[in-house]
Parts: sequence; C-alpha cells; structure tokens
Amino acid sequence: MTAPQYVAALDQGTTSTRCMLFDREGRMVSLAQREHHQHYPRAGWVEHDPMEIWDIVCQVVPEALADAGASPSQVVGLGITNQRETTVVWDRHTGRPVHNAIVWQDTRSSSVLPAVAAEMTEADIQARCGLPLVTYFSGPKVRWLLDSSPSLRERAERGDLLFGTMDTWLVWNLTGGVAGGAHVTDVTNASRTMLMDLGTLDWGPELLAAMRVPRAMLPEIRPTVSSFGTTVSPVEGISLTAVIGDQQASLFGQAGFDRGDAKCTFGTGGFLLLNTGPTPVRSQHGLITTVAHAMEGESAAYALEGSIAVAGSLVQWFRDSLGLIRSAAEIETQALTVPDNGGCYVVPAFTGLYAPHWEPDARGVIVGLTSYVTKAHLCRAVLEATAWQTREVIDAMNADAAAPLERLAVDGGMTADNLLMQMIADFLDIPVVRPMVAETVSRGAAYAAGLGAGYWPDREVLRRHWRRAAEWRPTMSANVRDDEYQRWRRAVELAIGWGA
Amino acid sequence: MSRTVQSVERAAALLRVLSAESEPMALGQLAAAVGLAKPTAHGLLRTLVEAGFVDQEPTTGRYQVGSGLLHLGSVSLDLNELRSETLNWVDTLAARTGEEARIAAYRDGAAVVAHHVFRAGPGTQEMDTGRALPLHATALGKVLVAFDPGAARSVVGQPLDRLTFRTITDRSELLRALADARDTGWASAVSESRPELAGIAAPVRDRGGYVVAAVGIAGPVLRLCDARGLPRADLVEQVVGVSRSISRALGHGRAA
Ligand SMILES: Nc1ncnc2c1ncn2[C@@H]1O[C@H](COP(=O)(O)OP(=O)(O)OP(=O)(O)O)[C@@H](O)[C@H]1O
Repeated sequence: MTAPQYVAALDQGTTSTRCMLFDREGRMVSLAQREHHQHYPRAGWVEHDPMEIWDIVCQVVPEALADAGASPSQVVGLGITNQRETTVVWDRHTGRPVHNAIVWQDTRSSSVLPAVAAEMTEADIQARCGLPLVTYFSGPKVRWLLDSSPSLRERAERGDLLFGTMDTWLVWNLTGGVAGGAHVTDVTNASRTMLMDLGTLDWGPELLAAMRVPRAMLPEIRPTVSSFGTTVSPVEGISLTAVIGDQQASLFGQAGFDRGDAKCTFGTGGFLLLNTGPTPVRSQHGLITTVAHAMEGESAAYALEGSIAVAGSLVQWFRDSLGLIRSAAEIETQALTVPDNGGCYVVPAFTGLYAPHWEPDARGVIVGLTSYVTKAHLCRAVLEATAWQTREVIDAMNADAAAPLERLAVDGGMTADNLLMQMIADFLDIPVVRPMVAETVSRGAAYAAGLGAGYWPDREVLRRHWRRAAEWRPTMSANVRDDEYQRWRRAVELAIGWGA
Repeated sequence: MSRTVQSVERAAALLRVLSAESEPMALGQLAAAVGLAKPTAHGLLRTLVEAGFVDQEPTTGRYQVGSGLLHLGSVSLDLNELRSETLNWVDTLAARTGEEARIAAYRDGAAVVAHHVFRAGPGTQEMDTGRALPLHATALGKVLVAFDPGAARSVVGQPLDRLTFRTITDRSELLRALADARDTGWASAVSESRPELAGIAAPVRDRGGYVVAAVGIAGPVLRLCDARGLPRADLVEQVVGVSRSISRALGHGRAA
C-alpha cells in the first residue's frame, strides 16, 4: 500500500494561524492552530509581530503533519491564505522586520491620505486599482511608514528593505529567508495593496508615485495557482503551489470559480464577493473591484466585493463591552424570546460606514428606544443590523452585475446563528445556503494548492465536493420587508447625520 | 443507610462555610473552620474549583462560592451554544456518512433538536432545528432517556405512544433497550417513529461526565441497516466516534 497523499493549507488570519491537511475527497484530516498577540500602541492603531507569526507557522506546520501522521513527502502541495492588506517591511539582509506589521484595521494612514489625494485624485486611483482611498489598503500604510523616517526611506530606495503582505513575508521565510527566499505575492493579495494596476495586473508606476513606494522593495506578482517555490523551513521539500487572500480563498473554497458565483462570510466583519468573470466590473454603487483568482496560463477572474465592517464584532461588543450576554450564541437565545425588534434599530457605524455608503465620519446609533424595549429586542436589532447591511451590499451588487443573485452561499462563525440566517433569507428574499464544514478559507487555499500540484485534475471535481448542510428559505411578506427596510434606512441616515 | 462518603461530607462543609462568608477566604482560614489539614482542604477545594462550585481569585488565591453553584438547578446548556460549539463535528458526521445528522438535548419531555445538517443529494429538505422528537421512539431520545436522569424521570408513568407498528410501547421492553444502550454506548431506532426511517445515536458528555446531549444520524432503513435489519457497524462506529470527539471538545476526559 502506498502512503496516502494530502494537500496542506496555511491560513494566517487576523487573530490566529492554522495549518490543515485535506484528503482527495476534500475532507479535513488534521488541524493545528495558535493565536498571536494583538498590539494596540495607540487608539486606532493595530499591530502584529511578524516574528511571532513566523514562529507560530514554524509550530503549526509540523504539528498538522504529525497530527495526520504524514511526512513532508506525502504533502503534494501547500497553499497559503492570509489576512489581506496587512503590511510588513523588513531588511533583506538580516531578515528582521523594521517595524511591527500594520494591520488592515489600523487607521493611522488617514494622516497621509490627503497627501496621496493631492498627487492623484480619488477617482483616478479607483479607476486604476479598483479601490477607494481609505486606510485599509497597504499602499498608504507603506507611505506612512517611510514618511515617518528618512533613514527607512533611504534604505528602501537603496533596495535594502522588502515590502510584503503576510503571504509574501511567509513565502520568503518558508523558502529560505536571507538565504535566497523568494520575494513573491499573488494577484489577489496584490490587488489589495492599492499599488497594482487592475488592467495590467502589475505594479502601476503612477500608483507607486502617488504612494511614494520605491519599486525596489516590491515582490514579483504571480498567478494565484502557480509555483511559488519549495519550503526549506520549518519542514523541507513541500511545493508552494498557491497563494490567495482570505476572502478570495473562501469564494474558491465555496467552489465559486465562475462568473455569477457569490458567497458571503459572516465573521468579525462581513465579506460578500461576486465572481464577475474575466473582465473587471467597475462598480457604480460603492463596491470594490478586485481579483477573484488567476490560474497559470489563463486570464484572471475578477470579483466585486462589498464588506461590512461590523458584523460579529457587534455581537462581541454586546457581550464584552455591554455585558448583556455571556456568550455570542446567547444573542440568538435572547432574540428568540420576542417576536420582533420592538421598534428598535442598531446601526453599528463604529468606524464609519463602508460599502455601499463610504461615510467614514458616520457614527453608531441606537434608535427607537421606548420603555417597552428590552434586552431581547436589542439582541434582535443587533442581528438585524447584520442582515440589513447584507441587504444593502446585495442591492448594490445586483445593480452592478448583469443578473440578480438567486441564492446566497454563506460561511463563517455567525452561520451557527439560525435566526440570523433566517433573517438574511427574509430580508434578501432569496434562499440562504450553508455548505458542509464552514472552514472555507483553508479549504479554498487547499483547493488552489491541490489544483496547482495536479492532486485534482480540474475544478469540476472540486465542485462536486460542495455539499449543502443547511438552507433557509424566505418566509417574510413583501409588505413587512419593505416597511422594515424603510425604517432601517432612516436609522442609517441618522448615523450619517450624527457624524457630519 | 448509615454509611456516608467522607470526602463528600467535607466538601459540603467547605461549601457551607464559604456561602456563610461574604468575603473571599484564605486556605488556612477555611481549613481551620472545618477542622482539616491544609493539604486535605486544598485537594477538596481544587476539585470544587474544577467543578465550578468554588472560584479562586487569581491574584490573592482566596476562595469564594462559585457562579456554577449559584446557578445550580436553574441553568441548562443553551441549545444555541450547543450548536455553536458542536457545529463542525455534526457537519463532519453528515459528511462522512452522507446521511442527515442532528444533535439534540433533553427539554420538557422531549429530545429537542439543536442542530440539523442535511443529507447528501439534491431536493428540498426542511431544517428542523427546535423540533421536539419523541423520547421513546427515536435513537436520539433513547440515548437521552438511557443516560440523562432528568429525561429518564420524565418517561416514568407516561404513556408510550404508538407511532408505527414497531414503536416500543411496552415499558419493560423499553427498559431492556435502554439497558442495552448503556452497555453498548449507543442506541438505535428502526422503523419506530416512521416505518421507512432508522436512526443511530450516541451520548455527548460534558467535563463532569454528565450526558448533556445526543448526536446521531437518520436515514432510510435500507441504507442504515444491514441485511438482518440491524444498524450497520461502520455507521455505528462513525456516530460513536463523533460523540467522543464532541465530548472531548466539551472537556470530557481532560485531566484536571
Ligand atoms: N451564534 C452566534 N450568533 C451571533 N454571532 C456569533 C455567533 N457565534 C459567533 N458569533 C460571532 O462570530 C464571530 C466569530 O466568527 P469567526 O470565527 O468566523 O470570526 P473571524 O475572527 O472573522 O474568523 P477568523 O478567526 O477565521 O479570521 C464573532 O464576532 C462572534 O461574535
């Protein structure tokens, strides 16, 4: 009997890093996971220590192999998926970061946005890279870092410093680091830097100029599924056959390979991606244009993305800051004790409103309070906030895309909440389907890596692995839905007005 | 009945002292109050902390009555929490067997479904999360009656409704089936709630070993049973395996 073969996924997320092995049927056979520290040096600043993350990778990869009893030679390929936009800059000679990683949630680069806008209009930026000029993306973060220190800028220009998103940092270290590590990224990650031209899928000289990022520090951009090198450390000899940003990975893991396929992930935030096929669709309704994936030798598939900044984190806020519930799951138990929201609406514009509004100054509001309103009504309003925000993003997407979405595939931690899933089906008036095992991010990286390694012959095989675990069908009457949507929109206007 | 267990008596004495005291107490004070040597009192307190009946302040090391004791008798595991914590495992069971999978807990005289995963294949399927299943006529229900004293009490003196020709309506027959379930660690129900339907289920235990739920699969008799009409051994193995994994995830069998 020959030893079984597996494909591995390394998922470097915002709070933790995990490594999983999958078998040919697409089943997860082992998992190792560790959390890393969050650093908050000032209000609005969020950092990770890249060395800590690399140390964790050095632990979880061998652990996942040991857990499955597999040797490196039994792993046909490794796919990396990662938190997007988070920015690492390090010294190519010592391998040491020059600064902690600046995390996507970090808002410090708001101080450089006016300077960027002075060199290139927001409309011009969006036309070139598909992204609105906000603090999320990597380009302004690099500019902030290099602007903060003339010596760093000088070293960057001399070619002594390297830039990368998390994928790039990890591939460089996995393939040898200072001893010849590959300095590469993939198109999905590059599409979130605000430095890549969506048309050429290469670094855009005008964008680099506006962000003042020296070309010398940038990695080479490769297709999502292609050869990224072979590991040297912490285990030797595994081929790196895919790199893909986390939300694109979950679309891939949901078998969203083709035009018209969509998924929405409900975790800390909410992320809706719609595959728009081989041409980028420019949103007229506040969505982001991004790359879904690219296979070696094929043209790239693009996507429209709408993100909800605050989804599960509103539930966390209810639990940790207000102390109204003991666990996230209790929100559903509480909400189910009342038949409706009692007239109460929560708009969680904690850091402004993102897609489709893009109102950075909006602030959160709770409206409709009367003495009748109880904790249970508020819990309902919290869940409804996520469902209505999803509706707004879907409306924008339907307006931009050729055909309206007929069903929504979901994943993420919040899909454990049946009431929320039913609300989403009701508010969107389409069925909501959850696939088996919600680990779609790692699965997507494994799918991509397995295709790259020839473990699976084609995407059709993977499509057959997709299996429905649950489905929620709309039951709300059109009248009720429209009235409630009206009231939600009024609440949103108040949130925008409050910040103005 | 004059024989008593000494360590239970001592633990009860410690709890009585602690609940009479408004301030957290140091180990020395407590040991003196109940007349025990410090190491003995310490061992008992550590066990009570593990059970959630006593809390220890991390900074001072002092003890006070735990929140677990305050809620004793009033809280049971929230079904939505049960779903959140076990979702991936129940999915895995459905993925491995191709059948629909459920996890259910005892509530108000029934086995209430906390999480339901569809069987493989196309066609419309209804979610039945929140539905109450009969205790005596389903595999999930039998496991709860066999292992959960509350569920067992609830069937005493209640009529056993006939749902199909095969439903167990005779009390001594039910008791034999429950004893079997306790021996083997799993239960089945073949054509007992609906003629064409079979189910296999196993218990889920919490940290203290208490059975808090039952997990299992259901499907056509023809797929779940062998030629003799008995549950297929490979499927039983999958169900029992997942029930153990979930119990481990909930803390069962973990060294204190
Ligand atoms: N039953 C529930 N009802 C509502 N919200 C829930 C429930 N269970 C979890 N959540 C919320 O879901 C979020 C966790 O989901 P998930 O684990 O997918 O988060 P994530 O941090 O975005 O993911 P990752 O760690 O993989 O990057 C938390 O914000 C939590 O409040």
